[in-house]
Amino acid sequence: MGKFNVLQHDLVPEHHLVDAKEEQKILKELNVAKDLLPKISRNDPAVKALEEIHGPLENGRMIKIIRKSPTVGLSTYYRIVTGEVFK
Amino acid sequence: MTGGISKRINRIQFALLSPEEIRKMSQVKVITADTYDDDGYPIERGLMDLHLGVIEPGLKCATCGGKVDECPGHFGHIELAMPVVHVGFIKEIKTFLDATCKSCGRIKLTDDEIASYRKKFDAMSLSSSDPEIIGLMSKKVTDEASQRMVCPHCGVQQVKVILDKPTTFREEGIKVTPKEIRERLERIPDDDLIFFGLNKEVARPEWMVLTVLLVPPINVRPSITLETGERSEDDLTHKLVDIIRISQRLRESRDNGSPQLIIEDLWDLLQFHVTTYFDNQTAGIPPARHRSGRALKTLVQRLKGKEGRFRSNLSGKRVNFSARTVISPEPFLSINEVGVPEKAARELTVPLTVNIFNLESVRNFVKNGPAPRDEFGKYLPGVNYIIRPDGRRIRVSAQNAEENSKRVEVGWVVERQLMEGDIVLFNRQPSLHRMSMMAHTVRILPGQTFRFNLAVCTPYNADFDGDEMNLHIVQKEEARAEARIIMKVQEQIMSPRFGGPIIGGIHDHITSLFLLTHENPLFTEEQMIHIMSYVNPEKTPVAVVKNGKRYYHGRDIFSAVLPDGLNLKFTSKLCASSKAKCEYESDPADKEVVIVNGKMIHGTIDETAIGPFSGIIIDKIFRKYGPAEAAKFIDRMTRLAVGFISQRGFSTGIKDYDIPENAVSRIKEISDEATVRINKLIETYREGMLQPAPGRSVEETLEIEILSVTGGARDESGKVASAYLGLTNPSVIMARSGARAKMLNISEVAGMVGQQSVRGGRLNRGYYGRTLPHFKVDDIGGKARGFVKSSYKSGLDPLEYFLHSIGGREGLVDTAVRTSRSGYMQRRLINAFEDLKVDETRSVQDTIGTVIQFKYGEDGVDPTRSERGETVDLDYLIFDAEQEVQ
Repeated sequence: MGKFNVLQHDLVPEHHLVDAKEEQKILKELNVAKDLLPKISRNDPAVKALEEIHGPLENGRMIKIIRKSPTVGLSTYYRIVTGEVFK
Repeated sequence: MTGGISKRINRIQFALLSPEEIRKMSQVKVITADTYDDDGYPIERGLMDLHLGVIEPGLKCATCGGKVDECPGHFGHIELAMPVVHVGFIKEIKTFLDATCKSCGRIKLTDDEIASYRKKFDAMSLSSSDPEIIGLMSKKVTDEASQRMVCPHCGVQQVKVILDKPTTFREEGIKVTPKEIRERLERIPDDDLIFFGLNKEVARPEWMVLTVLLVPPINVRPSITLETGERSEDDLTHKLVDIIRISQRLRESRDNGSPQLIIEDLWDLLQFHVTTYFDNQTAGIPPARHRSGRALKTLVQRLKGKEGRFRSNLSGKRVNFSARTVISPEPFLSINEVGVPEKAARELTVPLTVNIFNLESVRNFVKNGPAPRDEFGKYLPGVNYIIRPDGRRIRVSAQNAEENSKRVEVGWVVERQLMEGDIVLFNRQPSLHRMSMMAHTVRILPGQTFRFNLAVCTPYNADFDGDEMNLHIVQKEEARAEARIIMKVQEQIMSPRFGGPIIGGIHDHITSLFLLTHENPLFTEEQMIHIMSYVNPEKTPVAVVKNGKRYYHGRDIFSAVLPDGLNLKFTSKLCASSKAKCEYESDPADKEVVIVNGKMIHGTIDETAIGPFSGIIIDKIFRKYGPAEAAKFIDRMTRLAVGFISQRGFSTGIKDYDIPENAVSRIKEISDEATVRINKLIETYREGMLQPAPGRSVEETLEIEILSVTGGARDESGKVASAYLGLTNPSVIMARSGARAKMLNISEVAGMVGQQSVRGGRLNRGYYGRTLPHFKVDDIGGKARGFVKSSYKSGLDPLEYFLHSIGGREGLVDTAVRTSRSGYMQRRLINAFEDLKVDETRSVQDTIGTVIQFKYGEDGVDPTRSERGETVDLDYLIFDAEQEVQ
């Protein structure tokens, strides 16, 4: 079986790496501290797929996720890459 | 409890109690297994020693000198003859034995490994890091150490220790005594403890093997005196008695050099007693029992589970100022009211703090005494207690009322009995959503039950087959204000679950208004006045003059309860679905409900208009005019409905299901045809000629085919039957208006009951290859597998009756299983979500501030205020605007 990119699957929402320069702007817009944002494990298949494109991501990078939502059509969500292992 | 917070918790530290510490805490060394002497006086150095605290009035604590309520109780201790393992630490002890060397006590890691791991552990502080992460790391390290079979420090070959549950350790089949275990644990150096997640400042592993047992204060295990004068001791005391006895016997046997075998037996027995003292449900050992055979409730049992300290006493508490009794209906109360029986009202009180403004009126209450009535014998609120500023309570009686009323001054508190208009909380368990607890205003009524408007049954999920409900009297001004503003029934009409009203007319309300508006009947002035006498309307219906007499249309009577300015257009339930179903409509205007400026132009009122969950009229009134107007509408609407249906009369009986002879024979034909088709299908199957449906086996295909035949037969016969049952039939009226039951239920009564099923398939369980011994083995025909040809009215034959009961049982089992499962799931969800909140920016956060959702529900819309989940209802807004322009 060839290599499979999870991001291309229909059921996986769009994941984008946020430009390091833009992070501050987004945080200001959301009015939250970075450590209070939801986290995403670096073991997450989506993060691994992003690393294929952008090269290794250090902890603390912000990822923008665009999901299909039954209430608003498309909703944006932000997550911070972390080394923590979630059970 | 008025002092506020006296101490704040800064941090919590978990540690082990060392034997020295236990001795230091202890006020007395308990050596006697007895409790009281013959005179009933506590024996010195016994389990009820006066140093351990007092529970009997009159005695003084030998430690602190306090009396019953003053002495908090003090610990004692028991010196165990031989050490025993603490069950709570079995897992930890196993890890220690596995990961350390049996001879030198060092952790079985090389010096290099130790150095590198130490660095990692040093990076985290034991007290501030996440305990879960520390646990994970220490598990990794100890696992690695346990793998090693030769000690890297002293080179001794290691032996695998096996835990023989619950408390015995073995090495190559030979028992390792707790004493040896303790010695081994003692050898572990302090510096290695960090790898096990143990803080060397406060804990040593050998303390997990007990040499001294802490005896809890008497206050923890009070003895009770029965009426016969007999003393009954607490379960813990019983257990401690056992422990002391065995410990003593063990000490004697050891000291006079009894055989090793006897000593070991006693030692095991001591281990058993100490184990069950902590946890009497330890797997692998029989629970210690009372003489009566009841298992003892020891330390773990006190804390664990639904009846344990946490769930029963800390998460759930019993409160004062509450009442509970049976509920019954009262259609003449507003939805915002609750009828409280006098008896309850005399016991329940509201505290009034006296100030210069209310001094006179409060004195008047006190003067009336504890059970006042007016000149007609009607209930008036009295006063049970008055409370002086120093906290002393004075009971008010008829004799001292006059005198006490003069003593009341500013600053005193007077506990006034419940009176009309007081705000109270009313609740029915299970409290599954916020509408299970709503605020009502009080009406004092004769009788023994709580009463409320029938429209409020739905949010509480109550009926009157013996349900009981709880009433709570709100005690503080702030709470009363909150109850009035956010918890009152009218504020809760809209459900946050689906953005529509959860309160509305039920059963007869719907039937009644359906009859009132369907085909718009005419009423004489006399009839109209009778009906309207139930209501307290702001408008009177418009009359139509015929032959010089005044008549009133049903829709105009209904319009009298609608607020002016309401514009609404919707399709009623009657014709909401398919056009084919509309054969009853003689008036084409019946299906479209049109209301212009609070006047009903045409249409039929049914469940969609005024029912709970669907009620469009209630919904729009609430949005346009607010909660008070919506409550007023529901009050009037339900009263009107009750008024009309009692004037008209409504009933149903077996006769209503009579259908003509030819219809009965037609239904018989249908069922016979079905049997023939089933038999044909089975024949084809037996011959092997049945073509399987895609993705199914032949057997599955056969079942599906048969199910569609039986389903078709039921629908067909239902159609035949209902062709003779028109909208003049009370049962059909109820079904079509949505008041109760479905058309399916009617066709079951008049037509055919149809195929019974368990788990979606035909009945097939019971005996080998058959459901009952009346059938042949492997008979897969219609009747043998639960096809009921009879109707409820004609009656089922015994076999059909039995098979029908099988199908009926499934429903009962399902509900039982579902409620317990969903209850547990809901508990877990509530515990997970309980302290999440939505802030001003509409983002959802936990207590630390971690964002869970950037916008609540991703759109930031409160479902309570949404139009059934949608942001706006454009059709309505346009219609409303159009009408207002005109």
